[in-house]
Amino acid sequence: MKMPPRLDLKAALAGTDGALVARDVRVPMAALANGNPLSVAPASLKDAHVLIRTTSQLNAALALVALDGVAARLVIAPPDLKDEHLADVIHRAGIDTLVADGAVVTGLRSVTVSPDLKAADAAGQARVTEWVMFTSGTSGAPKMVAHSLAGLAGAIMKPGAISPGAGEKIVWGTFYDIRRYGGLQILLRALIGGASLVLSEPDETATEFLMRLGQAGVSHLTGTPSHWRRALMSPAIGRIAPRYVRLSGEIAGQAVLDALKLQFPAAAIGHAYASTEAGVGFEVTDGLEGFPADFVGRLDAQKMGAVEMKVEGGTLHLRSPRTAMGYVGGAEALKDDGWVDSGDMVELRGTRYHFAGRRGGIINVGGLKINPEEVEAVINRHPGVALSRVSSRKNPITGALVVADVVLADAANDNATFKESLLALCRAQLPAFKVPALVRFVERLELTAGGKLARHG
Amino acid sequence: MDLQAKIIEQFEQVARDQEKELTQLAPDTVLLDSGLDSLCFAIIVAKLEDELGVDPFTAAEDVFFPVTVADFVKFYEDAAAA
Repeated sequence: MKMPPRLDLKAALAGTDGALVARDVRVPMAALANGNPLSVAPASLKDAHVLIRTTSQLNAALALVALDGVAARLVIAPPDLKDEHLADVIHRAGIDTLVADGAVVTGLRSVTVSPDLKAADAAGQARVTEWVMFTSGTSGAPKMVAHSLAGLAGAIMKPGAISPGAGEKIVWGTFYDIRRYGGLQILLRALIGGASLVLSEPDETATEFLMRLGQAGVSHLTGTPSHWRRALMSPAIGRIAPRYVRLSGEIAGQAVLDALKLQFPAAAIGHAYASTEAGVGFEVTDGLEGFPADFVGRLDAQKMGAVEMKVEGGTLHLRSPRTAMGYVGGAEALKDDGWVDSGDMVELRGTRYHFAGRRGGIINVGGLKINPEEVEAVINRHPGVALSRVSSRKNPITGALVVADVVLADAANDNATFKESLLALCRAQLPAFKVPALVRFVERLELTAGGKLARHG
Repeated sequence: MDLQAKIIEQFEQVARDQEKELTQLAPDTVLLDSGLDSLCFAIIVAKLEDELGVDPFTAAEDVFFPVTVADFVKFYEDAAAA
């Protein structure tokens, strides 16, 4: 595991005119270069293993900037990290310090972060800090993936990456949370490029956020296809006129690409493919779904510093100089040769590859991934259920929905009351997006010769 | 039951299932302000597809996303007439 050279984030901020723009506060990046948002001197967290867990996106960004080059490890908690997983995360990542803007954990050194900047002391010798992100875990405890800042920023620094025309002011916006991979990419682009970034608040509606993006003059806006479909349903969609529109995190279908082209005729619209493990994948800018077949096996890919791709066993495999350094606190290792199996199945149609769902039946509802077995396990806990199979159903709003086929222990229970009791169980034990949207009672479910539940693609 | 009534019934049903507070629906109610979230709309579209046999979001030639309740109903009326 080799560490890429260090990238100096604070040096990149000095002298720029960008700002981090939250609803009630605007933090100029130049002030961030030598200001301290923490309740202690950053130097006191030298070589610490830090968990950053905040309610506000802005505070997470402030803590990252303050502690990069100081702490040994920064673990970025996603907004939905459950309290019940906290002890496990702290243990596996060797956390000794919590940076928070709300509840703290007893028995752990806790530091608060806020936009109220204090003067920072002179910086000591900077070190390479490991940035740790969570993958959108599909079951059980969330998985942590370690990156270096230089690795995360690789796509941004590479020549040919989206760069502004001369004299054009960039204002970034994202529907993602910056504590997730898609959002962190945008935070880094803004920080490294010295451009502004508009951040949403946890209690803000899509319409309120769009209006704020419009006021801030957003020029570059990113989100999942589901985020964009929701934005297109807002009366405030006309308030924004981005020059650059980007979709990622889910497969972008032709309908949403066409709708965006109609709404923003002058914008450059691209859909990107990326996986947390492989780092940034690639971007498609011709306005069509899928990607050109000649992206695969490009011989010059590695030379160009781009991602290499191959299709093996029907799924897309990626290798890039930006591939993550490894998992944190787990036995699972990335393969030695650097290739990562994305698990995304692809189909060649003519001169284009199209995405054909996830191997292993992982369901992607608006960018959030669900393992069908996890949902089946909950359904099967109901005493009236004999067997269940959870699968994905295509949906024009969220990309997919979770649906369940259930075999009843007693066929007489085929009624709405039973269905309601089953759904009540699911709602009590699963977040809303994992609860089957539709439940169908069936007489039997097919098993394979090996006695396993037959799953069809 | 006419199409609009069927659609409104699904709005109410899904709001109950998802424990969302539905606002008083009028033709000019903005869908995103109705108290329902994206997941609710996804479920409504799937249920209406099962009930009516049509999914105008996928079937439509025009690329257009409904903003108000009236837009949404018209979307289905147009699909049914096609």
